Order: sequence, then C-alpha cells, then structure tokens
Amino acid sequence: MLAVPDYPLGQHTLGQNSTKFPYCIYLQFHLYHDSSLLFCLFQDNHIKTSKYNIFTFLPINLFEQFQRVANAYFLFLLILQLIPQVSSLSWFTTIVPLALVLTITAVKDATDDYVKDMEGVQIISHCECFWSQGIIAVLVFGLPQADLLLLSSSEPYGLSYVETAELDGETNLKVRQALTVTSELGADIHKLAEFDGEVVCEPPNNKLDRFTGTLLWKDGKFPLDNGKLLLRGCVLRNTEWCFGMVIFAGLETKLMQNCGRTTFKRTSIDRLMNTLVLWIFGFLMCMGIILAIGNSVWEKSVGGNFRKLYLPWDEVLSDAFFSGFLTFWSYIIILNTVVPISLYVSVEVIRLGHSYFINWDRRMYQAQRDTPAEARTTTLNEELGQVEYIFSDKTGTLTQNIMVFSKCSINGKIYDSADAPRRLIPKKTPCVDFSFNPLRDRRFRFHDHSLLEAMKLDETAVREFFRLLALCHTVMPEEKMEGELVYQAQSPDEGALVTAARNFGFVFRARTPETITVYELGKAVTYQLLAILDFNNVRKRMSVIVRNPQGRARLYCKGADTILFDRLEPASEELLCTTSEHLNVRFAGEGLRTLALAYRDLDEDFFQGWMQRLREACSLVEKREDLLASLYEEMEREMTLLGATAIEDKLEQGVAETIACLTLASIKIWVLTGDKMETAINIAYSCNMLRDDMNELLEQGKEEDPNCLPSGPDCCVVLSLQAHALEADLEGLLLDTACLCRTVICCRVTPLQKAQVVELVKRRRRAVTLAIGDGANDVSMIKTAHIGVGISGQEGMQAVLASDYSFAQFRHLQRLLLVHGRWSYFRMCNFLCYFFYKNFAFTLVHFWFGFFCGFSAQTVYDQWFITLFNIVYTSLPVLAMGLFDQDVNEKNSIRFPKLYEPGQLNLLFNKRQFFLCSLQGAYTSFTLFFIPYGALYHGVRDDGANVTDQQSFAVTIATSLFVILICFQIGLDTNYWTAINHFYIWGSLAVYFSILFAMHSNGIFGIFPSQFPFIGTARSSLSQPVVWLVILLTTVVCVAPVLVVRFLRADLYPTQTDKVKCVTSGVCEACPNG
Amino acid sequence: MGKKVAGSGPCSRIPDNSAFKQQRLPAWSPSLTAETVLPFFYIIGLVCVLLGVALFLTVQKIQEIQVDYTTSGTCDACFEMRSNKMSASVKCRCSVDFSLKENFQEDVFLYYGLVNFHQNLRRYMDSRDDGQLVGRTTNLKNPSTYCEPFAYNNGTPIAPCGAIANSMFNDSFTLKYLPPTGGVVIVPFYRTGIAWYTDKNVKFRNPQIENELLPQVFQGTAQPFYWQKPVYELDPSDPNNNGFINEDFIVWMREAAFPSFKKLYGILNRQSKAIFEHGLPAGNYSVTISYNFPAQYFQGKKLVVLSTVSWFGGKNIFLPIAYIVTGGVILVVAVVLTVVYIKIGKKGLNMEE
Repeated sequence: MLAVPDYPLGQHTLGQNSTKFPYCIYLQFHLYHDSSLLFCLFQDNHIKTSKYNIFTFLPINLFEQFQRVANAYFLFLLILQLIPQVSSLSWFTTIVPLALVLTITAVKDATDDYVKDMEGVQIISHCECFWSQGIIAVLVFGLPQADLLLLSSSEPYGLSYVETAELDGETNLKVRQALTVTSELGADIHKLAEFDGEVVCEPPNNKLDRFTGTLLWKDGKFPLDNGKLLLRGCVLRNTEWCFGMVIFAGLETKLMQNCGRTTFKRTSIDRLMNTLVLWIFGFLMCMGIILAIGNSVWEKSVGGNFRKLYLPWDEVLSDAFFSGFLTFWSYIIILNTVVPISLYVSVEVIRLGHSYFINWDRRMYQAQRDTPAEARTTTLNEELGQVEYIFSDKTGTLTQNIMVFSKCSINGKIYDSADAPRRLIPKKTPCVDFSFNPLRDRRFRFHDHSLLEAMKLDETAVREFFRLLALCHTVMPEEKMEGELVYQAQSPDEGALVTAARNFGFVFRARTPETITVYELGKAVTYQLLAILDFNNVRKRMSVIVRNPQGRARLYCKGADTILFDRLEPASEELLCTTSEHLNVRFAGEGLRTLALAYRDLDEDFFQGWMQRLREACSLVEKREDLLASLYEEMEREMTLLGATAIEDKLEQGVAETIACLTLASIKIWVLTGDKMETAINIAYSCNMLRDDMNELLEQGKEEDPNCLPSGPDCCVVLSLQAHALEADLEGLLLDTACLCRTVICCRVTPLQKAQVVELVKRRRRAVTLAIGDGANDVSMIKTAHIGVGISGQEGMQAVLASDYSFAQFRHLQRLLLVHGRWSYFRMCNFLCYFFYKNFAFTLVHFWFGFFCGFSAQTVYDQWFITLFNIVYTSLPVLAMGLFDQDVNEKNSIRFPKLYEPGQLNLLFNKRQFFLCSLQGAYTSFTLFFIPYGALYHGVRDDGANVTDQQSFAVTIATSLFVILICFQIGLDTNYWTAINHFYIWGSLAVYFSILFAMHSNGIFGIFPSQFPFIGTARSSLSQPVVWLVILLTTVVCVAPVLVVRFLRADLYPTQTDKVKCVTSGVCEACPNG
Repeated sequence: MGKKVAGSGPCSRIPDNSAFKQQRLPAWSPSLTAETVLPFFYIIGLVCVLLGVALFLTVQKIQEIQVDYTTSGTCDACFEMRSNKMSASVKCRCSVDFSLKENFQEDVFLYYGLVNFHQNLRRYMDSRDDGQLVGRTTNLKNPSTYCEPFAYNNGTPIAPCGAIANSMFNDSFTLKYLPPTGGVVIVPFYRTGIAWYTDKNVKFRNPQIENELLPQVFQGTAQPFYWQKPVYELDPSDPNNNGFINEDFIVWMREAAFPSFKKLYGILNRQSKAIFEHGLPAGNYSVTISYNFPAQYFQGKKLVVLSTVSWFGGKNIFLPIAYIVTGGVILVVAVVLTVVYIKIGKKGLNMEE
C-alpha cells in the first residue's frame, strides 16, 4: 500500500464530508468544461440504487401504490361510501383493509429500499481508498471508482495492468500506459499537487473501447486514447499504486452509461391481475347497470306504490330514474368485494414467504464462499416458474475463469489428467507428487503419473515439449521472495501452460529483453532471446527464436493445430496423423482449448539473413505489417511436431448438468459474452451446448443474407455482433435466425448490446427472460430482463446489486427455477384461482338477492361478516396453501424437468382459467342463494316461530358459504397438508363460529345495540335442523360437480403433474418421460 | 444465525436445517383416486336419497291451509274502505269461511301472511333504532336519524320510530270453529310465546324509569303515524305484553328476507277446551278479521295460514325433493364415473409420450 502522508485537508474545501477520506488528496484542477466541474465536485459517487429518501418516501410511495389500478379503485369506493344516499355498506368495510394494505406495502417497500441502499454503502466503503468528491484520485490496489486518466504508476514507464472482466468479460490482463510526461510525476505528492493539466474530450458515452481527448499541460498538447484510461469497473492487477485524474465520475462513467435504467419490474401475473381487475370492473358496471335498470323498473311498477305508504323518500329521490342511478353506485359498493383489497396483501405476503424460502434453502448455499441464495426482490417469484429464455454471461458465470492444463499429446502418446469435471474422478489415482521440485506451484494438479516418469526417463520429446512451454510465451515472472514465483500472464491460457512446465521441472524464472532463464530440472539455463514472432488473430500462432547455451538457434512455435499442421516438415507426417487423431477424437468435443507445439532447428546462415531482413522490415514505415507477416511465414516452416496441449477452461461446478436439465425443461439458453468467438465456442462445447453433430453457423453480423439461413432444429448459431446488427431492420431477421437454432451464442457484445438482445427477445417473443451474470458488464441485461440473477461471493458486487436474485453458483439456477420458481408459480396460480372463485361466490349472492329485495342494494350478509370475510375468516387457510403447497416434491420437480412447461405456456392461471373460476364462483353463489331460498321460503322453526327472516337467512348463507369454501374447496385445492394447513383450516372454522356467536351475543349487543343487531340469530338458527339440512344440501350441490370434473380430468386428461404424482405414489406403473 | 455444522464457523451464513425452512414439513398429500372418489360418491348419493325420502315422509304428515282474505268472504268492503285514506281510522270487520278436510294434529300454529310486501328494502330495513328498542331512555327521546322520516311527529319523538314500526301489521283475527252439531266455538290461541327467546328477553326491552308506569315512561313521545293506539296499549288483555316487548311487535320487527312471508300470530291453546286437546278437528271454520292493514297500495295479498310443524319445520316440500333429486343425480354420476374409469380411465394414465 502506498504510504500517503497525512496531507493537510480542508485547504480546498471542495466537499463538506472530505474528512471521511483521509487518504485522498484534493487539488485545484480544471476539467473539460465547467458544468462538468461542478458535477464532479458535487456528484456523490455512490451508486444510487435506492429510490427514496425520508422526505420523498410518503408521497412517492403512495403515488406508486395508487398507480395500481386496484388501490385507486378502492380509494374511489371509499369516497362513494361516504355519500349517505349511496352508502350501502359502512365505510369501515373498506377503509380498514385499505389502510392495512397501504401500510404493509409501504413498510415492505421501505425495508427493501433501505436494505438495497445499505448494501450499496457497504460495497463502496470497503475499498481502501477511492475516488471521492475530489478531482484527483489515489488508487491503492483496487477498483477505480471513476473513469481516470492514468497519470503515473508504480511500474516502469507508467504502465499498469488492468483486468476488465467486469466490463467486457475478457479475462486477459490489459496494459494501460500513462503519458511519458505525466509518468515522470511518479509518487511525488508535491509535484502531483501542482499538476494543472486540462483535458478536452468527448462527452460521456457508453463505448468501452474508445476514448479520444487531449491533455493540455505545460504548453503542450498530448493526445489521449483508451489506452491511457482506467475505467470504473476494471480491476488493477500487478500494479501497486497509481495516480489518476478523474475524467468521468458517477453517472457519467462508461460503466454507469452502460447500466441502463432501473425500472420497476412487474411479473406477467401482476399485469394479468391488473387487466383482470379492469375486466371485473367492467363486469361490476354491467351488473350495476342491470340492477339499476331493475331498480328503476321496480320503482315504477311496484315500489312507488309500496313506498308511497310505507317509505316516503325525499321528493328528489322518489324519481325512478334517479333512484336507479343511486342504486347503481350502491351496488358498485356492495359488489366490490369481487376484487377485495386483501387480494393484493395476500399476494405480497405469499411472494415474501417464497422469497424467504429461497433465502433459507440450504441447497442453494455455497459453503466455500459462505454465500446463501438471496431473493433481493420479493415481487417476482412466480415469474421464476415461467422462464423461457436464459441469457447467461460466460466468464465468472459459466466458467470459473481458471485455466487448467489437463491433457497433452507428446510424440504420439497421450497423457491425460483425469481431472476433467464431467468424468468420475478415479479416486484411486492420486495427484502426481511434484515434491522433488522446490519451485513447483502447489496448486497445480495432474493425475497422470506416466508423464512425470517419461520426463524422468529423459525422453527428449517430453523435455523439448516442456522446454517449449517454458520458453515460448510472453509471461512475466515475479519473484517476491526466493522460490516464490508468481506469473503475470496476459492470458490465463499462457499462465496455465507455463505453470505446467514449471511443475514438470522446466521452471521459467526470469526474463530480460535479451534473455530467458529457465531452471531445467534444477539447473539454471539461460537462453538468448533472438526474436519474438508474436501472436495475432490471423496468424493464430506465436514463436520465439532462442539460442541455447550451446550456441544453437532454434525456433519454438505454438499455435492453432490447423495452422501449424500445414507448416510441418514432411518427416512429421506419421506423428501428425496420431496427434491430429488425438486432437480430434480425444480432445475435441470436450471444449478444451488446444494448441499444437513444434520446433525448428535453424541453420545459422539462414537465420542471420532472415534476422537482417527482419531488422530492415522493422524500420520501414509503409507496408511494415505485410512484410513482417511474410517474414514470419518464411521462418515458421518445416517445423518438427512435438505434440499438443489441451487446456481446460474450468467450468463452474455442475454447469453442464444444469444446462442439460434446463434444456429439458424447454428453457432456451443464450450465452452473451464480450469475449472472443473462439473462447465462447470452446466453452459452449464444454457445457454441451454445442455438439459435433450440430450445424455451426457463424454470423459475423455484417452481411446477413436471408437466403443462406439455416433450417432445422439441430443447428446452433454463433453471433458476433456488430453495432448495426441490432438495428430495426435487421433485428427481426436476427431473432428469427436465432430462434430457429437450438443454441445461440453471441460474442463480442458490449454490455449495452446484451441489454438490447434481451430487450429484443422480450419485446418480440413476449417470453419471460432471465439474465444471469456476475460482472458490471452484465448489469444492463440483468436490469433489462424480467428477472436478473447475480452471481455473488466474488469480487465485484455490481451485478448482485442490480439483480433480483443472487447466489454463488450457476448450478443453483436449476433449483431456483425448477423447484422454487415452479412452486411459486403453481402456488400463486392456485391461490389466485381460489381467491377469485371465493370472492365471486361470496359476492354474487347479492346480485341474486337484488331480484328479491326490489333492487334496493340490501346486503345479504351481516356487515361484520363482509368486513371480516376476507381479512379474518378466509385469509389464513388460503395463505397457508399459497405458501406451503407442493403438488410435486422437490426431488421430482428436478427429476422431471417437463413439469416446468405449464409455467412457460402460462397454463395454470390465464384469462381462461379466470373465466372458469368466476363461472364456478357464480355457480356456487347461485346454489348458495337459491337452495336456502327454496328451503326456507316457507320454513318455520320446530317451535313454529319464523326462520325466514333476513337475519336467519344471512347466517344460513354465510355458514354454508364458509363450510363450502373452508372445509371443501380449499381442501380440494390443497395438495400438501402440513400441520400449519390443518391448524389454519380448522382454526378458521373455530374462529368463524366463535366470532359469529360473539357478535350475536347478548353482551356485545348490550354495549352497541345499533352495531350488532344480529343478537341471538346464530343461536336461534344454527340450533335448527332445517338450517343444517340446507347447509348440507348446498355443500353437496356445490362441491360434487367440482369433484366430478377434477376426477375426470385427472383420469382422462392427466397432466404431467398427475402422471408424476401417480407414479411416485406407486399407483401407476407407467414411467413418465421414459 | 446459522446452526453450527461441521466445517462451518459459528458466524456461517448457512441457513437453518429445519423442516420448515427447507420446506420439508411432514405432510399428507391426498389425491383424487378412484378408490376414494367413487365410494364417496356412492355414499353421498345414498345418504341424500335416504334423507330426502325421510324428509318427504315427514312433510306428508304436516297439515297446512292457507286462506287468502284480501278480498274474499265479506272482506272486499273492508278492502275498498282501506283504499281510501280518509276512512283509515274507521273500524272494519269481516269474516271468511273455510273448512279443514282432516284433523290438524297436535300443536297448530296460526300465521298471517303477506304477499308482495318488501320488508327487505335497504332503506326500510335500516329505518329502526335498536338503541331505542332495547330501552335506552336517551334513544327514546332522540331517535336515530336512520328513522327519518318517521323519527319525529311535529317535533315530538316517535316511539317506536322508523318505517318498520310505522308499517306494523295491525289486522287481528278471531278463529271460530263451527261444529257440525251447530253453534260456534271460539278457538283459543296463545298470543305470547311466538317470538324468539332472545328477542323477547334481550333485544327488546321497555325503557325503565324508577317508580314510573309504562304510559308515564312513554310520556313525551308520539305513536307512529299509522298506529291507532300507543305502543304501551298494544295488548289490552296482558299488561306484560305491552310496549316494545309486545310479541306481535317483536315478530313484525324481525324483517322477512323475501317479499312474500308469513309471520306467527298465535299458537293453539290445547288446554283450555277439551275439543282442541288433540289439535283442530276437521270441519268448518270461520275467521273474523279486524281489517286494518291496507294491501292494495302494494298490490299485495293477505293470508291466514293454519299449520302444524314437524322436527324440521313447516310444510316445506322443496327440501325433500331437492335431496332426492340431488342424491339421484349423484348416484347416476357415480355409475357413469365408474364406467368411465374402468373403460377409459386407466388407459388415459398409461398414455405416455
């Protein structure tokens, strides 16, 4: 860590809370324009993920809540109820539940927001020192929190190394170099303090790989490009410290520009519910109009005469039309319970419960990182059961970003470390013991002992093989303490190869521009480095020319097999066949990254001549590249093949199985990565997303010719996206092509493009999308997708902060979707069906009664029953069902991924299901009204007294309704009766009867005679056999048809669930899905 | 705080391994199999049919007669008289003859019935003050606003207030048995014991003021507009059946759920005359009505009903028939289901992809 002296703070009082950052140095400085300066001065750099603060909370939250159609509607009802001529129900029947709902939701929102906010703060404050309101930042080995212009660093020439995996998914180290003039500033605080350069640059934008600007300093103009910039989100590596000047901060950083907007996510069920509420409202209107017309007609024909004598209204009210108008509103109030407010509370509670179950799941806990899964948003759970498309990041999500030397073929012989993840590791094979080698890397594992034996037996080919690996690379060694070597590789592949050579006894130890020192089995050998023929994407190979201590020059070359095999000497023919068979049969298809290795002994004269021409070529200005390429071509010929290596890009645990399982569940997985196409393809092979038998279709995104589109389901597409591929006219084509294919991989996508791809699928396919990623470059797609999942427990937390769910490993996705998602969806749908059914049955009784009470908006039930029905009497059993029900247990949910399909097809709750539920509700209400009507019309008690009075009728209907709903319908809908379900169901029954008797008791009537006029009704009517006979008959008539339909459906058209249930219960012998 | 598990520290964030949190609570998972559903249907069907038959047989034993007296007998004159508001306070009596074909066994109940009288209108039902009726003296003089426009008569509070009380049924009946041997025997009826116990003893109470008699208590209140006598003089024969606890009043105040209803008027007093010891003998009867209640305004009818009761109430044929039909349908469905299950059902389950 850089020791920064306690610098006198407060000289330039730029930010009032500057004392929070004692390590930061503030300097007077000009930015590229003034407004931006102000912006920089006062912009809080903390990523703002929270929506509210204390003052804005109430208005914003209430505004948001009343945006829900339902809440606004209840407010409207409440106002209606306050008009005495209209009010058919007391105002408390609405305000109590409404207040309850608003409070619960507000508290929940506030907690959510607070938790998010706190996490944001934690992330920021754990960095050692970061950019603050000041203008110049000191970085101490960490993550820059702003886009910085690199001024100087601890490394020579103002170099610094950064890893940009968070930004673009590329894993190799990248070099950033400061301008020479500024790198001279070094770590001299005083000089830095006097730095007064001015940067003129382009406005903030989201292009990660481009930057143009000019630094004006000391009367000089210095051009700036991307190579001098440290972007927020990248990680500083191998660089102790560096100084930078803030170019963009806060929202202006390229990272934040790529983040997309935070939007309020809604599930499709939510949207459906809003639509249904509108429908129901329309339905209410219709019923209201019918009843209002009925009222007008009744007033004209019957009521007017009746009322003249018995109920003279005010003059105004006696007009039949006006009376109908008032009745309309009265009925709107009475019938509003079709969509009770408690629906929304219950939905929230159920979702919250499901979120807790996700948090509590031990099988989504990762021990190494001590990370449990976390549902960061509690409103999206049921959508987890409907996912059709998964968009996955590659690096850090599918792969661990660790390269492992796993196999090699040397001189026609295969050495195979059985450490391949998808095979059973033979437990008997212990790791090769490298203890003879004091310079070994202790983390290196290899399982094939024969390779070490071959090495010890002094097989030339094997030794040459490892010598090549130790020499031919661009790795930088770092030896902080004697014997503790650390390699700094630009690409992890190279690191893996050099490490392998190191453990097998060819330890690359030091490098100067002219020499390479290798400890060959303990002996130090220094090679003269004559030339490096570096790697590029066209050549796909790199070579070094070294002279060994004996004075012989030799070319060592490694590169793609296809390229290298064309450049071998004819004598290698036989070896070539064996090796290429190894490559194609043994290595390929496992997604291993392969390289072929070869060498060439150089003739001294030829070499000197070539060297001469190389020097000349280097000094050329024009056509240098071409000339160099042909010179390299000339040198890399007639080589002798040594063998091939295979490197495994280690997948995260269980990735391939998870992908296979999710594919079986008809979920399409697209890989979106900023990485190179080759790497992406390798990974796709190793996770079984690509197979050899697939038609590979490489799209460069440039010329897309609709005629050459592939067809057939067995193809895959690899897209290398260019900016215009997502333009309006091409996107349709792109999507159609992609959707024809089984596997889609998009490479070279910028974070914003990731979001665009997700958006495209979301918009055009109307499918539920899930994006999973771990880095800052995934934030935009995580925010865009219906569901965003962040991989937690790693360095960057930005993906997690933006995500809706987070867990430690990709494989947990399987459980999140197939178990939690499926259950959530199933439970929510079941819950909604039951809930709509319940309330239709409950409410429509009023409609039927309207025809008997002169359409006067008289309620059938006691007002207390109406108030308590949804919040007390019937809420808990259905909540228990919504929280705990399981149609199929977790084991079978995973075993039969097909069970996931109903969610994708939206089968369990849709408009049709809603219609059926409402119809069933209407039927129940019909029987519920007319059977008691028929039976009690002329009924009397056994002592001759009346039982047809309105109060007895109310109690009879309420009790029948209750018995049907609570004892039977919920029983039929519950698949998994835990003790809690029993408790709630029987408890509700007990509560109903105790409250009923309490409210009809003498005591409470004695205190509030006007509020509890039902005194004695429960006793009088429920002691009558005729009432119970009516209840029994109503129940049988309501429940029997449901039972018949369910039985027939399970019997004749069994769903997957029925089959699985049947098989697992042992009743059936059939085996679903073979 | 996570439970301590091998390999994890006490601060580990590993979730609890409880059955609840892991959603592995022991549970019972019933499913609708043929073995449970089919027997259930047969049993329920049988139970319904048997119950229906039993009810049917019971109902057959109940005797009931309804006499519409709106305009029949000598009542058409009274009907005309009541159409005219001017003659509202003129007394009118009329009688209707009818005969019982067979003996009415045991207890016989006398009801009055009204057809097309909407006691279930919202505003009508609200128009009462339970505080006043339970005898609260404050409410007595300050009736609730719900009672409007029947709360005050020129500033004097009305007791009992409200539309229901105002429209109280005020016909009275005298039933005469005309034995074949000649002569007239007045059939005696109990006029109390016709209201619910809770209504009579809890819900309706007279206001109590120490050392004051009922008329004094009601001093300062007016009788409802349509009443011919104040509330404390409703039953001249029984001083304890006056005021708010008058049983005719209580019965009326228990609003009917439907526009056509009957309300209990009296119970045959079998003790007072030997001839009625076993109920009403078959024969000719005449009912004399003190015809006060106007029915023409609401195009209604007025009835007198004589009925016996069984353990589940009056002559109610709907319930037994409904039970028999339901039971029958369920049995038929059960048979169909059985056939479907045996013929097709098993095949359906085996159809795998």
